[in-house]
Amino acid sequence: MSVKVSTTINGDQIDFICEPDETLLDALRNRVGLTGAKEGCGTGDCGACSITIDGRLVCSCLALGVEAEGREIETVEGMADGDKLHPLQRKFIEHAALQCGICTPGFLIAARALLSRNPDPDEEEIRFGLAGNLCRCTGYDKIVRAVQDAAREMRGA
Amino acid sequence: MSMDTSFTNQKFKSVGTRPLRPDGIDKVTGRAKYGADANAPGQLIGRILRSPHPHARIRKIDASKAEKLPGVKAVVTAADMPDLTDGDKSMFDVLENCMARTTAFYDGHAVAAVAAIDAKTAREALKLIKIDYEILPHVTDVDEAMKPSAPVLHSKMFTEGVEPKPNKASNIAKRTEFGHGDVGAGFQEAEVVVSRSFKTEQTHQGYIEPHACLASVGPDGHGELWVCTQGHFVYRNQCAQLLGMDVSKLRVTASEIGGGFGGKTHVWCEPVALALSRKANRPVKLVMTREEVFRASGPTNATSIDVKIGARKDGTIVAAEATLRYSGGPYLGAWAELGAMTSFACYDLANVKTVGYEVVVNRPKTAAYRAPSAPMAAFAVESVVDELAHKLGMDPVEFRLKNAAREGTKSSYGPVYGPIGIGPTLEAAKNHPHMQAPLGKNQGRGMACGFWFNFGGQTCTDINIGIDGTVTVTVGTIDVGGSRASLTLIAAEELGVPYEQVKVVIGDTGTIGHNDMTDGSRGTFSSGMATVFAARNAIKILRERASKTWDIPLDDVVWEDGQAKAIGESHGNLAPMSLKEIAAAAGNTGGPIAGHNEIVADGAGVSFATHICDVEVDPETGKTNILRYTVIQDAGKAVHPTYVEGQYQGGAAQGIGWALNEEYIYGKDGRLQNAGFLDYRIPVCSDLPFIDTVILEIPNPNHPYGVRGVGETSIVPPLAAVGNAVSNAAGVRMTHVPMSPPRILKAIDGARTN
Amino acid sequence: MPSALIDLTPFHGPKEPAKIKHQGGMMQYEAPQTTQAAVALLAKAKGNAYVLAGGSDLLVRMKGGYIEPDLVVDIKRIKAMCQVKKTASGWTIGAAVSCAELGETKALIRDWPGVVEAANLIGSKQVQGRCTIVGNMCNAGPAADSVPAMVAAGAMAQIAGPKGKRSIPVELVAIGPGKTSLKKGELVEAIVLPKRPARSGDAYLRFIPRSEMDIAVVSCGVSLSLDAKGMVKDARVSLGAVAPTVLLVPDAARAIIGTSLDEAALEKLGRACSAACRPIDDKRGTIEFRTKVAAVLGKRAAKIAFGRAGGK
Repeated sequence: MSVKVSTTINGDQIDFICEPDETLLDALRNRVGLTGAKEGCGTGDCGACSITIDGRLVCSCLALGVEAEGREIETVEGMADGDKLHPLQRKFIEHAALQCGICTPGFLIAARALLSRNPDPDEEEIRFGLAGNLCRCTGYDKIVRAVQDAAREMRGA
Repeated sequence: MSMDTSFTNQKFKSVGTRPLRPDGIDKVTGRAKYGADANAPGQLIGRILRSPHPHARIRKIDASKAEKLPGVKAVVTAADMPDLTDGDKSMFDVLENCMARTTAFYDGHAVAAVAAIDAKTAREALKLIKIDYEILPHVTDVDEAMKPSAPVLHSKMFTEGVEPKPNKASNIAKRTEFGHGDVGAGFQEAEVVVSRSFKTEQTHQGYIEPHACLASVGPDGHGELWVCTQGHFVYRNQCAQLLGMDVSKLRVTASEIGGGFGGKTHVWCEPVALALSRKANRPVKLVMTREEVFRASGPTNATSIDVKIGARKDGTIVAAEATLRYSGGPYLGAWAELGAMTSFACYDLANVKTVGYEVVVNRPKTAAYRAPSAPMAAFAVESVVDELAHKLGMDPVEFRLKNAAREGTKSSYGPVYGPIGIGPTLEAAKNHPHMQAPLGKNQGRGMACGFWFNFGGQTCTDINIGIDGTVTVTVGTIDVGGSRASLTLIAAEELGVPYEQVKVVIGDTGTIGHNDMTDGSRGTFSSGMATVFAARNAIKILRERASKTWDIPLDDVVWEDGQAKAIGESHGNLAPMSLKEIAAAAGNTGGPIAGHNEIVADGAGVSFATHICDVEVDPETGKTNILRYTVIQDAGKAVHPTYVEGQYQGGAAQGIGWALNEEYIYGKDGRLQNAGFLDYRIPVCSDLPFIDTVILEIPNPNHPYGVRGVGETSIVPPLAAVGNAVSNAAGVRMTHVPMSPPRILKAIDGARTN
Repeated sequence: MPSALIDLTPFHGPKEPAKIKHQGGMMQYEAPQTTQAAVALLAKAKGNAYVLAGGSDLLVRMKGGYIEPDLVVDIKRIKAMCQVKKTASGWTIGAAVSCAELGETKALIRDWPGVVEAANLIGSKQVQGRCTIVGNMCNAGPAADSVPAMVAAGAMAQIAGPKGKRSIPVELVAIGPGKTSLKKGELVEAIVLPKRPARSGDAYLRFIPRSEMDIAVVSCGVSLSLDAKGMVKDARVSLGAVAPTVLLVPDAARAIIGTSLDEAALEKLGRACSAACRPIDDKRGTIEFRTKVAAVLGKRAAKIAFGRAGGK
C-alpha cells in the first residue's frame, strides 16, 4: 500500500506517494523528478546521493521516503539562489573540480554541510569531511582546492 | 582544402588558455542528464538474473512462473537473442557475455532478464525463474588456469600463436612475442642481473555511475537507445549486429557519462534492454546495481609477470626479457599482447624479448582500463629497473636516463620513435624539488616511468555557423572529462572568434558520421584534429561568401582574427567583414555556412610520464600513507592545461588505489566476495595528498597543434612508483599488487626473520 | 558501517546469509511517538519486525534482498529516544540519537572521548548523520566500531519490552554475528555510560586499510582510571573483529592495572590482546594480521587513554 508523504523540498511544500520500503533517493528521483542526487552504490559507500534532512547531511539511499514526512529536505537543485550560483558551485567550475560530474551534486551538498559547521577547515578537515564522497576522476586535488577557495570567499577573507 | 596534419608551430590565442567549461553549470546544479536520469512514457523496468556459479552448464531455464506474474511484460533468455554474428568470433563472445547460452562462465554471468511495470515486480519475477545448473569445476587464478590440471573452459580453445598448433585444448588462448636482438647473447655480457616474479590482482575502473540505458524498439524495427557510453556509434553497431537491426534504424544518444575509464567501451546490458523492449513492445529502462557492475561488467586483468634485466657495471642495460600472463575473463583478448608491447617501451635496448599469454578464467570478461595492460607490465619492469639501479649503486633516475629511449630508438614493440618525452620527463624529475626533499623515519621515495601508445581512429565533426554568427561544433566523441572545453578552444582558435561564441555538442548517431569511441586517449586528439579541418573548411566558405559580396577573387580574401580581409592594393578601401556579418547575409550569398570533416586521425603521438612518490609505512601494521606525489608527463600541447592536470591527477589517484588496496577477492567457491565500494577500496579524499603536476610539451609532429593524448599514461607509472617507494621505506622488495597492509606486514616480518 | 551484512558474512561460513522473507504482503511502516507504543507494535508483530533507528544497516540489508521486513518501527519520532542527557549517574544516550549529534556534544566528549571517537568513525559523515550507537550494537556485527568503546567504558544497554525494563552490559547484547539476546517485543531505548571519576580516559583505535570508510579489520577500546600517584587503578580493554562478538579482555586490563603503563606492562597487554583473538581469514585480513595488529592497537590505545587520564 502506497503512502502519502508531505514534506518540504528545497523550500517548496511537496506531496508525493511512495511505497513504504522505497528509499528517499528513489522517491526524489522517480516520484518528485529531482534527479540531481545519484545512486552510485545504494549502500552508503559513495555519497553521490547526499542530501540534507533537517540540515543534517545524509545519504538519501539510506533513508526511506516515508521518513521525509514533515521534514525539510535539501538537494543540489536547491543550492543556487535563482540564477546566482552558490559559491561552492562557482568554485567547482572555476577550479575544474569536476570531470565527469556524477559525484559533483553529492560533493557540493557535503561540502556545504562541512562549511556550515566549520567555516575555516584546514586541508585535513576538508579531506576527512569529504571522505564519504567518492570521486574517481579528479584524484580530489581540485575538489579540495575549490572547497578551500569557496570557504575563503564565504568567510569574506 | 588540404588536410596536412603536420605540426606547424603556430602562435595560439585560445589554445593553452583555461576558460570555464561550457557544461559546468549543468553539472553543478543537478541539471545534467546521466544514464539513469532519463525516462520514457510507458517505460518498463528491466532487471537481469545472474549466475551464482563461476562455471556451470545451463541445462534448462523455466521462466513460466515469471511470465505469469502480473506486471511482467517480457522475459528474455539466450533463445531471444539468437546468434547472428556469422562467424565473427569476437562478436559472438560479446553476445555470449551479454546473455549466457549453454554455459555460465563466471559468478554474475547474465542468464535471463525480465521487463516489468516496476522494479519490485521485476525483482519478484527474477526469483520465479528456475534454472537447472550443472555445476562445473572452475578456475579463477591466472597461474592456476595455465596448469595442465586446470579445468578447461572451452573444449575448442587451442593456443594461437604457437607452432605447431597444440592438439590439446587449454585455457591459454594465445601467445604473442615482441622484441629484437639476441637476449641470450645480451645476458652473457651482463655483469649484474636482476630477475623477479610479480603478481597483480584484478581491479575495476570504479566509475561512480553504474551502467544505465533506456531502450525502445518498435515492431517496425526502428529503435532508440539512451545510454551512458564512451562510444555511442560503437554501441549502435554492436547492438544492431547482435539484434539483427539495421544500423541506421537504431539511433543511439549518449547521456552524460559518469566515468568510464575504458569500462564503457563495451556493451553489457544494452542489447538485453533492446531485446526486452522488442519483446514487450515498450520502452525498457535498465540500470545495473553497483554489485552487478563489479560482478558483471569488465574489470581489468589479473597478471603474473616474470622480468629479467641484465646490465653492465657502467649502467648500460644489455638484455631484458619478460613473460607476461594476463587473465581475460572467459574470452580471448589482446591484453597480454599489449602488456608485452609496452613493458620495455621506455628504454633503448639492443636485446629485448617479451612473451605474452592470454589466459581464460572464470571471471568477468575483461574490458579496457585506462592504458590497458601497461600499468602491470610497468610495475614489474620498473621494480626490476629500480632494484638493478640499487645493485649498480646508481641513482634510479640517472640509470633510467642512461638507458632511456630517444628519437630514432627502435622500440621494443617494433616502430622507430620520433621525438618523444621519456628523456625530458626524467630530466624534469631529476631537477624537481620533490627529488631533493628530506625523508623521515619509515619513509621512502620511489619513482617510475610509464608509456602509452595513444590512438587516433575514425572521427567525424561538423561545424555550423548560426545566423547570428555563433558556432555549433557537433562531435561524435563522448566528453568524459572536459573535452567540450578543449574542442571549443580549438574551434575558437581556428575561426578566430571568442570562446563564448562557440558551442560544442555531442551529436547522436543520427546526426553525424561514425566516430570511434573516446578511448585510447583520443577524444581531444582526434576530434580536435577533425575540428581544425572542419573549421578550415568553414573558413573557405566564409571567404567565398566575402569574395562574392565584394566581387573580388577568392585568392584575394584571407581569414584573420575572425574576419574576412581583402588583400592587395586594389582592395585597400574594403573594410573587413566579420563572421557575424557574413553569417547574417548567408541567406543571400549561398545559404547556410558549414564545415565538415571526416578523418582517420593517424599519428597519435606516443606519450611518456615519470612519477615520483613519497610514502610512510607503519612497520607495525604495514599501512602505507602517501605523503607526496608528483606527475611529470608530456602532453604534446596542452589545449586546456587545467583539464590536462586533471587527467594526470586522476590517473595517478587510480594507480595509487590499485597499488595499495584495490583488488577483486574471489572465494574458493569462485564467487566475488567484495562486489561493493565498501570492500573494493578505491581511494577516498583523506587517502591522498595534493598531486603535483608538471606538463611538458614536446610537440607531436603528426598533429597541427602538436597534441598528444593525455588521458591514460598517468595510470601507468603509479603501481611501480608506489611499489618502489614502499620497498624503500619498508626495506623489502614488494612484488604483489595491491600492497595491502597484510602483504606489507608479512613481507616486513619475513625480512626480519631472515 | 553501512554494509552490515557484508560485515557479517564471513562469520556465517561460506554460504550466503539466510534470507528472511516476507510473511506475505507489503511492508508496514510505523513511526510511534512513545516507547510503549513501539514495544506494543513489536510485541504484536506477525512476521519479521525491525526497529529503524538510523537505518544505515537496515536499509542496506533490505536493498540487498537479505531481509524482507513485514514491519519496520521507526523510533526517531519518540522524543525520549532523541536525547542525550547528563545525569547524576553518568550519561544516557537515546537510541535514536545520531552519531553526528554525539560528536557535537562537547561535555560528552570531555567525559568519554573514546566512545564518541568510535561513534564518529562509523561510515562517512553522511552515515554518521543517521547511524546510532544502539543500532551499531543491535546490528551485532563483530567489527562494529562503537561497541568495543562502549564495552571498555562499561556501558549498559537499557532495554524496554512487554515485561518492563531491564538493563544489561553492552557486551551481553550481541551473542553472535547478527544475533542479539533481545527477546520478542524488546528494544534498546538507551545506552547508559557510567559517571566518570577524576583521572580517567578512554580511547578507541581500529585498523583499516584506507584512512576512512572501511570496516575495522581489528579494533581495540581501552578505558582506564588512575590513582593519585598516576598508576592505573582500573582498566577495561576490549577487542573488535577478532571473534564472533566483541571481546572484553580482562587479561589485557590486568596487565596494566597497578602499573604506570611502562614498556613491560604494555608488552604484556599486547600479548594478552593477541592471546584473546579468535579471528578468521577473510577478505579484510588474515588471522595472522589480526592477531598481530590487535597487540599493536591495544598498546597504542592504552597510551592514548593513559594520556587522556593525565598519566605521564
